[in-house]
Order: sequence, then C-alpha cells, then structure tokens
Amino acid sequence: MRRRILLLHAHPMPHRSRVNRHLVTAAESIAGITIRHLYELYPDYMIDVDAEQKLLLDHDIIVLQHPFFWYSAPALVKEWLDLVLQYGWAYGEGGTALQGKSLLQSVTTGGAAEVYCSAGRNRHTVREFLLPFEQTARLCGMTYLDPFVVHGTGQLQTEADLAPHSQAYCTLLSNLASGIDLPPSP
Amino acid sequence: MSDPGFFQSALVYLTAAVISVPIAKRLGLGSVLGYLVAGVGIGPHVLGLVGGSSSSSEVMHIAESGVVVMLFLIGLELKISALWRMRGTLLGLGGSQMLACGIILGVGVWLWGIELKSALLIGFILALSSTAIVLQTLREKSLHATAGGRHAFATLLFQDIAVIPLLAILPLLASTSASAANNIHSASHLSGAMQGLAICAAIASVVLAGRWLLPFLFSYIANAGLREIFTATALLLVLAIGGLMSLVGLSPALGAFVAGVVLASSPYRHELEGDLEPFKGLLLGLFFISVGASMDLQLIIKDPLGITLLLAGFVLIKGSVLAALGKLFHFAPGATPLYTLSMFQGGEFAFVLFSQATTLGILTLDQSARFNAIVALSMALTPLALVAGRNWLKPPADPDATPHREADAIEHSSPVILAGFGRYGNYVGRLLRSQGFRPVVLETDAEHVELTRRLGFEVHYGDATRLDILHAAGAQHAKLLVIAISDEETIDLLVATARRHFPHLEIVTRATGMDHRLRLIQQGVQHVFHELAGSALDAGTQTLRLLGIPAYPAERAARKFRRWDIESARDLAPIRLQDESAYFAIIRERVANLESLFRSDPTHEGSADAKAWQPPSAPKTPPVQT
Repeated sequence: MRRRILLLHAHPMPHRSRVNRHLVTAAESIAGITIRHLYELYPDYMIDVDAEQKLLLDHDIIVLQHPFFWYSAPALVKEWLDLVLQYGWAYGEGGTALQGKSLLQSVTTGGAAEVYCSAGRNRHTVREFLLPFEQTARLCGMTYLDPFVVHGTGQLQTEADLAPHSQAYCTLLSNLASGIDLPPSP
Repeated sequence: MSDPGFFQSALVYLTAAVISVPIAKRLGLGSVLGYLVAGVGIGPHVLGLVGGSSSSSEVMHIAESGVVVMLFLIGLELKISALWRMRGTLLGLGGSQMLACGIILGVGVWLWGIELKSALLIGFILALSSTAIVLQTLREKSLHATAGGRHAFATLLFQDIAVIPLLAILPLLASTSASAANNIHSASHLSGAMQGLAICAAIASVVLAGRWLLPFLFSYIANAGLREIFTATALLLVLAIGGLMSLVGLSPALGAFVAGVVLASSPYRHELEGDLEPFKGLLLGLFFISVGASMDLQLIIKDPLGITLLLAGFVLIKGSVLAALGKLFHFAPGATPLYTLSMFQGGEFAFVLFSQATTLGILTLDQSARFNAIVALSMALTPLALVAGRNWLKPPADPDATPHREADAIEHSSPVILAGFGRYGNYVGRLLRSQGFRPVVLETDAEHVELTRRLGFEVHYGDATRLDILHAAGAQHAKLLVIAISDEETIDLLVATARRHFPHLEIVTRATGMDHRLRLIQQGVQHVFHELAGSALDAGTQTLRLLGIPAYPAERAARKFRRWDIESARDLAPIRLQDESAYFAIIRERVANLESLFRSDPTHEGSADAKAWQPPSAPKTPPVQT
C-alpha cells in the first residue's frame, strides 16, 4: 500500500539556502508527495491550524525538513508544533489524530559529523539534540524515524557534492512512500 | 412673547435656579433640593415673586411635561426585552408596595379622623412616590443602576400604571353631584369599557407608530439635515403622545415611557436622547421650582406641630413598609436602605389627585392643604435623607453579590465608541465585534445607518462631534473613542471636543495624510494611524513577493518600513510647526536613515538582518546554523 508523504519545509530565507533547496527539489520527484513551505505560507506566523490538521490527517508520513538552527529548528517550526498539535487532537484525552503515523526529521547542519559526539565541540549527537521532537512524536502516538541529517553544509558547494545527499533523500522518501519500513529510531 | 410678564417670570425662575441649584449641588444635596428651595424662595410666602397657587399650578402644568420627557428618555434606554425581564419585580414588588403602603397609610388616615373609604383612597394616593425626584436624585448620585435603584425604578413604573385606577375610582367616592365628577378628566364621560378600549387603542397606536411610522419619519427628517427640525420632531412626538394619553385618561408620562421603549431599538435613539436631554433637565427644574412655590408655608407656620406630626407619621409608616418590603423580597445587601430612603416621599400625582378630591368634596380645603404640605415637605426631605443615610448606602463590597441577570435590566454603555461606520470604520467595527466587543457606533449618513443595521450591526444615527450625542452614547463611561471619519476637519473637531469634555477617553484616530497625522501627534493624541499606510504596505509586500522576494523577508521588510514610518512621524511631529529648517533637516536625516535601513534589508548580503541566517561558512559572522 502506498503511503502519502507530507513534507513541511521551514527555512526563513529559502533563497539563501543551498542544501535545503536542493533536497526539496529532489523530493518533488516523489509521486504523490505534498510539499509545504511554511515560511512562504505563514510569513506573519499566522498558522492556519485547521488546514494544517486536515493535511496531517490526509497523510501517513510527516517530514519536518529544516536547517539546524541553534541545535533546534527555526522559530516557525516551534510555533507550528505549539499551535497544530493540540491537546485533545494530537495528544491527551481523545487526542488520537496522529496515532500510527510516522515522523521523519530532515535537518542540515553547518558543523561536520565529527563535532556531533560526546568528544566533539558540540558534545552531543544530533539525535540527542532532537530529543524534544522525538518525545513530541511519541506523545502523539507517532513512530519517530531515524532522522535524515546532512552535515557540513558549508563544504557542499558543487552539484557533485550535493548529488549523493539528494539521491539518498529520494531513496529514503520513495521507500517510505511504497511502504518499505525503515527501522524506527532506536 | 410681547407680554412683559413672560420675561419677568422667566427672569425670576431662571435667576432662582441659577443661584440656588449650584449651591445645593456644591453642598452635596443634589439639584432637586436646590430647585425646591428656589421655588420656596420665589413663592408667594417668601419673596412673592411668582403668584399664588393658581399661576404656579399653571407653571406646574407646563413643568409636568418635564416628567413626560424624562420617562420617554428612560423608556429609550430600556428595550422591550429588558422590560420583560423586569416583569416579576414590576408586578410583584410594585403591586405589593402599592397595596401595603396604600392600606396601612389608609388606616392611619382613618384613625386621623377621615371616613374609611376616603381614607383608603388618600392612603393609596400617599403610597405613590415621586418619579421625578427619585430618578433625578438617583441618577445624579449614580445609584440608578444599583439593585436598590432598579427596585425603585420598577416600583415607580408600577405606580405610574396605578394612577389610572385611582383617577377612575375618585369620582365614585364623590359625595357631590355627578356633574362635578364629569369634570375630573376628559375621558370620564366614556363608560368603563369604552375607556378601556380607548386606552388599548392609544397604546397600540403608539406601539405601531413607533415600529413602522417613526423610523420612516426620522430617516426622512434626518436626511433633510436640519438639526433643529429633528429636535422639533422629537419634542412634538413626546408632547403628542402625552396629549393622546391624557385624552384617553392615561398618565402622559406612562404613554411617553411606552413610546420610549418602542423606540429603544431605533437607530435614532442617541440622537433623540441628545436632543431631548436639555429640555428634560430644564422642564424638570421648572417642575421642582413650582412644587417649592406651591408649598403652603403659612399653614406650616400656623400649625407647625400638627404638620410635623402628620409628616412624621407619614414618613415613618411609609418608610417602615418600604423597609419591610425590602426584607420580604430579599433585596441585595445595601438595596433596602436605598429603596427606603429614596421612595418614602409622596409623588407629584398626589397634588393632582388631592386637588380633584377637594373639588369632588371628598376632602376639605384644610385637609387637602395639609396633605399637599406633607407631600411637598417629604419631597424636600428626600435629598436630605439620602445625604444623611449615605453611609448605609455604600454599595456592597463584592459587586458579584448583586445577581448579574438583573444588571442587564438597564443597558450599560459600551467601553468603545466608534465614530464613523463607512469604508474605514466598518473594518474596525467588524474586528471589534469578532472579539465580542460591541462598540456604540455613531454614523451621520442616515441611509448608511439603515443598511448597516440590516446587516446586523448596532449603528446609531448621530453626529459624533456633538457634545450631547457623545453624552448620550455614554462617553463619560466609555474608555476608548475610535475615530473612523473621513473628513479631516470633522476629525479635528471631534478630537478637540473629546479631549476637552472627556479627557479620560483614550483616542484611536484615523489621519487623512502625513501632515494631518503629524498635527494629531503634536496635539498629544496617542494612537494616530495614517488611513492608507496599512493598505499601501500590503500592496508593497505583495509586489515584493511577485518580484521574487520570499514571503518572510518581504513581510519583515514591510514591518520594518512601518516601524520606521511610525518613528519618523513621532520624531517629526514636535518640530513640524516650530522650526521649518530643522523639520527639513530631520526629514533628510530620516530619508538617509531609510536608505541605510534598506541597505540592511535581509535581501541585501552583509546586512544585520542577513547575518541572522548566515550559514557558518560565510566569513566574519557568528555561526547560527549549527
């Protein structure tokens, strides 16, 4: 059974984002995917909660794609979580709307992979930094998939640098769409 | 007008009022006592400036229309639904008050030595209280919306209805010939059933005209744009209703009240209030003066003990019954003393009824003079009693102690007055309403008023620059005045009026252009908005997006521009008029500032805003993308 993917892309300055833009363009090739650019839709932060909730209901895989800002997501993503994942809808009493769905986070970091470990400059892994998102997904009854991370974006300058990442991303998304399960996050 | 007597009387009445009312008010005694004292002063027993009872009763007759106008205005503030909610208090409390006071006072009068049937009639006449004095005094002290004030109002309304059967019973008790009874009032030649029919027809015609005919008439008059004709129409209306009601033997005040209630939901309500308010005040003043002038001081001087005993007996009996009713009906704390102290006096209808009872031979001249004296004296005591009892009347500490449902009976004014409901104001109004606020909307275009009302808005016809209209719209209680008028001069006029007379009002205003905006800011108006800035910046933002700027940077650019624009206006306003060269220097500086501001636009590399999302690979900028 094909599963429907909702890709929520959040970058405040998309015209200056090289890697994210590249990844989104690649994702457009996936059949049946819905791509939403949150900063284009809500430049005034006025998130349409009803519309967002309806889209969530209509999809099986939710992808949050954003740059890794200050070890987290850009502010609009937080606003989106705060407003859309309501009590009684996404969690809490009667909040079962998202149960059984999966959440995939797709982040780009400036720092290289090596700095994200206990011995590195950032002292924690990306997975550790993403802990609030993971627990959010779990509380809503969603499966939190192993995040897709592109490290060292500053070094990815040429088409050749970017291609392997976009290919990996496409493979991951099309596998998800055709129902091949990824291992859930350990 | 050529009659010198007219000028003379006008001079006497006005001088007396101008001298005594402000003094009474300053002493905290209220205007009513001031008028009464003025009346006594110019009356036949002190200065003798106005004639004896015959001429003063003529004045009183004119002055009674003050009571009529007052009840019309009270009716205007009460919608039918609010009146319906009062029905329990009206019939229960009002009926009990009349019955209890009437019977007990009647027994008292009987013991005083008057034959039982007449004594009971006098008891019921004395049970009436003075609508004019009670409502005027309570309003002046802002006590009318308290629980006690509302109970008093309901009782007074019932009493106005009760006057009808009293007038009807009077001739039946007459010992003199039937011909005298025929002079009682013009409708008494009708049989009981016929009179009932006439009353129903009169009330029905007032209700129907108020519903269908008057809105049409007012819209027609309003479109003519003649203010004084509108006022004339309003006065004509009230007096015509009063005339019609007395023709069928109904209290004119009651008829005017019904008409007021019918018109309470009309868009012309505020305009009517504004136009009639000064007439009401003056006529009521005249009424109180004539009550004062008609007081028979000689009788009091001749038999001070007898009058005092009679007065004390009356006041004590009536007061005790009122207090007992307060307990019986479980008034809210503090309501019983107010009800008792405000309602214990005799009413103005007593004068009319006593004089008729005398003509009919039910009372002797001496008895009637004594009763008139104690009614007038009890009226004069009312403001004094309220002053003396003010410590009792402190409203309960907990405002929730009074049931909220009751508070609705008298409609409270909105915290927001919205002046203008055209292309601009309707946006403001709709936004406010979306959040549950119901502004008092004032609009001068009569056709526009009708249209907007049909869309379900509560819009009132009225020129907001008029002080009386602002009063009627509740400016003294409102917090905010939103000016959404398109005409620059009108805006300035309204700002000036509001700031002079209602300095507590915070003003949110539309400005027609940069210069107007600077002038308003300079005058100290806090919230000034260029009428086109919002729309123009929205158009600009959209244009930027169509030119390829992503939505979020375009939004930020517009907001940044808006902030710069507001700051510029604030900087420029103080020096706009004082120093032209400094003004232009600042403009140049601000424009340069704007250029540097937009060199730092997020879409320009190297700007402060751009650094906010700079990838770490770019030199000399802090790594944000981690």
